[in-house]
Amino acid sequence: MKTVEEIKAAIEAAVPGAGVEIVANPSPSGQHSLLLKPEHAVAVGKFLRDDAELALDHLSNVTGVDWLDKEIAEKVKVTRQVTKTVDGVEQTVEETVDETRKRVEPGYLEAVYHLFSVAKKHGPVVLRMRTQNRSDQVELPSLTAIWRSAEFQEREIFDLYGIVFTGHPDLRRILMWDGFKDHPMRKDYVEPDDFDYEPTAHDEVLKRAQEHRAKQEAAVQEGAGQ
Amino acid sequence: MTNSAAESAMDAKVEGWNRPRVIEPDGDNELLEVAMGPHHPSTHGVFRMDVALDGERIAKLKPVFGYLHRNHEKLGEGQTYLASMPYTDRLDYICSLTNNWAYALAVEKLAGLEVPERAEYLRVIVGELTRVQNHALAVGFLIQDMGASGTPLMYAFREREKILDMFEELTGSRMMCNYMRFGGCRVDASPAWLDQARKVVAGLPGFADELEALLCTNEILMARTQGVGILPPELAVNAGATGPLLRASGVNYDLRKVDHYSIYDRFNFKVPLGDHWDVYDRFMIRLLELRQSVRILEQALKDIPGGPVMDPKAKLRGFRPKPGEAYGRIEAPKGELGFYLISDGGPNPYRYRVRPPSFVNLTVLEDMCLGQNVADVVLILGSVDIVLGEVDR
Repeated sequence: MKTVEEIKAAIEAAVPGAGVEIVANPSPSGQHSLLLKPEHAVAVGKFLRDDAELALDHLSNVTGVDWLDKEIAEKVKVTRQVTKTVDGVEQTVEETVDETRKRVEPGYLEAVYHLFSVAKKHGPVVLRMRTQNRSDQVELPSLTAIWRSAEFQEREIFDLYGIVFTGHPDLRRILMWDGFKDHPMRKDYVEPDDFDYEPTAHDEVLKRAQEHRAKQEAAVQEGAGQ
Repeated sequence: MTNSAAESAMDAKVEGWNRPRVIEPDGDNELLEVAMGPHHPSTHGVFRMDVALDGERIAKLKPVFGYLHRNHEKLGEGQTYLASMPYTDRLDYICSLTNNWAYALAVEKLAGLEVPERAEYLRVIVGELTRVQNHALAVGFLIQDMGASGTPLMYAFREREKILDMFEELTGSRMMCNYMRFGGCRVDASPAWLDQARKVVAGLPGFADELEALLCTNEILMARTQGVGILPPELAVNAGATGPLLRASGVNYDLRKVDHYSIYDRFNFKVPLGDHWDVYDRFMIRLLELRQSVRILEQALKDIPGGPVMDPKAKLRGFRPKPGEAYGRIEAPKGELGFYLISDGGPNPYRYRVRPPSFVNLTVLEDMCLGQNVADVVLILGSVDIVLGEVDR
């Protein structure tokens, strides 16, 4: 079995401009992954499947991961001019101050593919692809044409995470029903407020049920007022 | 479809070779659309197949599921690692112990935990007992779907009851065992339990003989299953089929041999392979695997050493693996069961993913059914051996 570095080199030799990055995995499992550029993913997939030495013919697991926008606080040293009274005389002095700056690292949705080889009996090789953001640019190329096992699993990601796989032969919801809106596996998913009460409502559920009832009563009164 | 024609089409790997065939209706017959399920006795739960029929022939088949969907993965992300363990029992509720095992294995990979030797032996013993009862049941239900109402299934249930009694004595529950922990097993097996297990295992070859004598050369069974639901090996590999479904297509891929996980290297056993890729092969593979499991059980019950069943360094409370990710998989009775975990250093997994074998095995259901008769769909589905608790999650 080749190391990730060797696989990266092989991919870049076979697919010019593929630009594969290695995503290190610090856990003891040592399963490092390869981050693909979406525009080259299909070509890379074909290479990995058909290459005689790698022969990654078995796509075992396909899944999505949601990474939220991250707010990163950084301490920066800033020099600025401050007016101060020194020895009774007003002076302008340069001073170095610590300042905390916040910057937002945009979140993204990620599709993760675990490949094995049935012919050579090795693996896993982990591939990742990332969307531009979490809202409007969520397209990734489908790898179903290369590995059929992605068919249902990509549908599941579309259903639960909302990644749109371009080139998928039959992209529909698979676990949720067709009329369902939103994507329940996203980290910021909020359950719809669509229940009256539960038979054993308690703690949080009781609070939600009471809020829900109050909202409903307010809506009824508003309707009566008109 | 002849096998050689299918093979030559696949050798070239032309675009779309792994897609289901398009079946044109004979003459100007219209296609009749039928929903098989969700409440159909042969679907083993709430599962629907939207079928388009050309007379008796299947021209299109789309599996529809999600009726039991409870977002198992979201639940897993909202609670600690250990709290998910009992939930894994509910995935494939026929084989809760192998679900426990796969999850424990993935977490052990993520956190780098060791498992004591006695615990590994206990895992193999309960895992293989699970395989025996699952395969007995799968065969029983397959024959039941074929119309052999009751008798063979009850033979299977009789043997399964003995194994479930063993589980109950060891873990406290017949089906929802919740037995394994990260770094070992929850409780040790008593010498009396091991003796009882030896007795049960000694009775299993007789059961296999009996079942084979009853079924294997039965004329109706042969006529209904041979040459039905053919799955070519190339497509099986490409579509991620695993377990008995893959091996019945003649592909030698058993994770117990390939991944060398746990202590399977120490046991002497064979991997049965199919030759004709049809429903009959899938039925026979399960009976043969059952016999191999008995061989493993005999060896494991003979060699089991003493010692602790939990890694003393393993923490049950306040368990927080370092940031990172791991994918761990085992050969569950239905195929490759994998767990993919991402840790961000917190007490809950950031991502908890189950790779259920039945779900992925259903990908090729349409390919196997096209061109067959409606009555054969029931058999082909039965030969895939699905559990909806795992498909829908």
